[in-house]
Amino acid sequence: MSVTQLGMPAIGAPSEARKGFFTDTSLCIGCKACEVACKEWNSLPADGPLKLTGESFDNTSRLSADTWRHVAFIEKKVPAPASGGTEGIKWLMSSDVCKHCTNAACLDVCPTGALFRTEHGTVVVQQDICNGCGYCVSACPYGVIDQRPDDGRAFKCTMCYDRLGVGEEPACAKACPTQSIQYGELDELRERADARVAELHERGVDEARLYGRDPDGGVGGDGAFFLLLDEPETYGLPPDPVVTTRDLPAMWRRAAGAAAGLLAGAAVVFWGARK
Amino acid sequence: MSRRREREEFTSYYGRPILKEPTWEAADIAGYIFAGGVAAASSMLAAGAQYTGRPALERRAKLTALTAISVSAAALVHDLGRPERFLNMLRVAKPTSPMSMGSWILSVYGPLAGASAASNITGLFPAAGRACGLGAAVSGSAVATYTAVLLADTAVPTWHDAHEVLPFVFAGSAAAAGGGIATALAPVVEAGPARRMAVAGALLETVMSLRMERSGHLSTETLREGRGGTLMRLSKAFSIGGAVGLALGGHRSRTVSVVGGLAVAAGSALLRFGVFEAGKASTRDPKYVVVPQRERLNAAEAARREAAGIEVAA
Repeated sequence: MSVTQLGMPAIGAPSEARKGFFTDTSLCIGCKACEVACKEWNSLPADGPLKLTGESFDNTSRLSADTWRHVAFIEKKVPAPASGGTEGIKWLMSSDVCKHCTNAACLDVCPTGALFRTEHGTVVVQQDICNGCGYCVSACPYGVIDQRPDDGRAFKCTMCYDRLGVGEEPACAKACPTQSIQYGELDELRERADARVAELHERGVDEARLYGRDPDGGVGGDGAFFLLLDEPETYGLPPDPVVTTRDLPAMWRRAAGAAAGLLAGAAVVFWGARK
Repeated sequence: MSRRREREEFTSYYGRPILKEPTWEAADIAGYIFAGGVAAASSMLAAGAQYTGRPALERRAKLTALTAISVSAAALVHDLGRPERFLNMLRVAKPTSPMSMGSWILSVYGPLAGASAASNITGLFPAAGRACGLGAAVSGSAVATYTAVLLADTAVPTWHDAHEVLPFVFAGSAAAAGGGIATALAPVVEAGPARRMAVAGALLETVMSLRMERSGHLSTETLREGRGGTLMRLSKAFSIGGAVGLALGGHRSRTVSVVGGLAVAAGSALLRFGVFEAGKASTRDPKYVVVPQRERLNAAEAARREAAGIEVAA
């Protein structure tokens, strides 16, 4: 077991296997223990006065600077069976979290280096460095990280960096009563997820699918991935997110072309105009 | 396009946005981008003026550049959640972060523009002042265009979808703004290059904006409708009106130069605010995220099926 040394850990060189979350929504019962455990362990402020949204049992609504786990509730209409009977409701529940992307846009665009990749392969904001520029907020394709307005800095899930350092699992996974939130080595979690999907398909749950598992995806795979029972957008997840910096080399080339054109144009307007 | 129009139905989580709206204030960031454009183009005009014997244009352009870049830097610092930590921007140099690159570009350009203006006013070290002026013109080209990458390198649909054309929109807009302001400030007899820059800039800005608005991306709706659309239409009216005025009467009349120059500059400012507001709007509606991504997935799936079908047939 590793104990985090004082001082800077070896940034960029993972000293151990990459850690992650596998959130199996087919096991989620919507108890919100993860939301509460996360708030408590990380001393997160309240989201403001309690408001009822009327959106099923979800009064949290979204991930934010102060909410690092969010349980979504969807009441999905099930048509009446052909053999007769009445239309019904199916519950879909899912605990959302920062995806700790392999190619993390927030980390790429952070101008201060406050966002960094930890020795566990997770993505964390160093709060003593963040200057609140807000660039990560616009860069995240999942809309996870946000600025705390009264504080000015950006906050998001750290996958309980302090707990991982002493060999503990994150607070949300610890609190989850159904093992819907599973924490562990990412490679092992992926194997487990593949087996679980196969099992569900065998049982006739054809709609089960993995989200964010594929290392070939637009963000190179998520460190926190999911088993969903419907399309990702039903849960408020982007169906096919791509890290914005994938197009950055093309953008820099275009900007260089435009800059050169601007200089050339500025020279042309003086052409033959010597007084 | 037509296929896209049909597929406006999409699924979302209670209609809630997927992305977070940019935390930036319009006055700070659109203002910052506009002022940076003014400064950059002014430095280019100043450099041309210093070598072609236009002292009045040179002085006004150098002072405009210094003023604009000061406003620009102040707006940038003001928009930080923790302004006292501004210098953390210079902790690292990251090519993957346009904001990091921009901070370094500004820290090269700002002192050069400042030194050349100071030398021009005081008359001290004229040769060094001119060299700094030339340096400001060259580094200014980066100030004017990197801001397009700053916006495009985000998940904001309107900004990212425009990444191929936005640097040219902003280059034209910078030339229009700097040229317009210099035309308004300089005596008519020296303002020829500034006037040509303003007219050409307004033309480029307008043509490139139209290309951006008609690229076929769903997100371009936000550039044509709502607040963003209004600002973009106003921008074109000011830019084209001002440019036509300058082209027809700018060389004769000081009044036309002032009104036309300021109109073109206002068109540039409106464009920056229009692009900014359109981007914000595109994060508020989940359809700009879900619909194109769903289309991409469906197309990939269809291609996979077709490939598999061909294999089976063979």
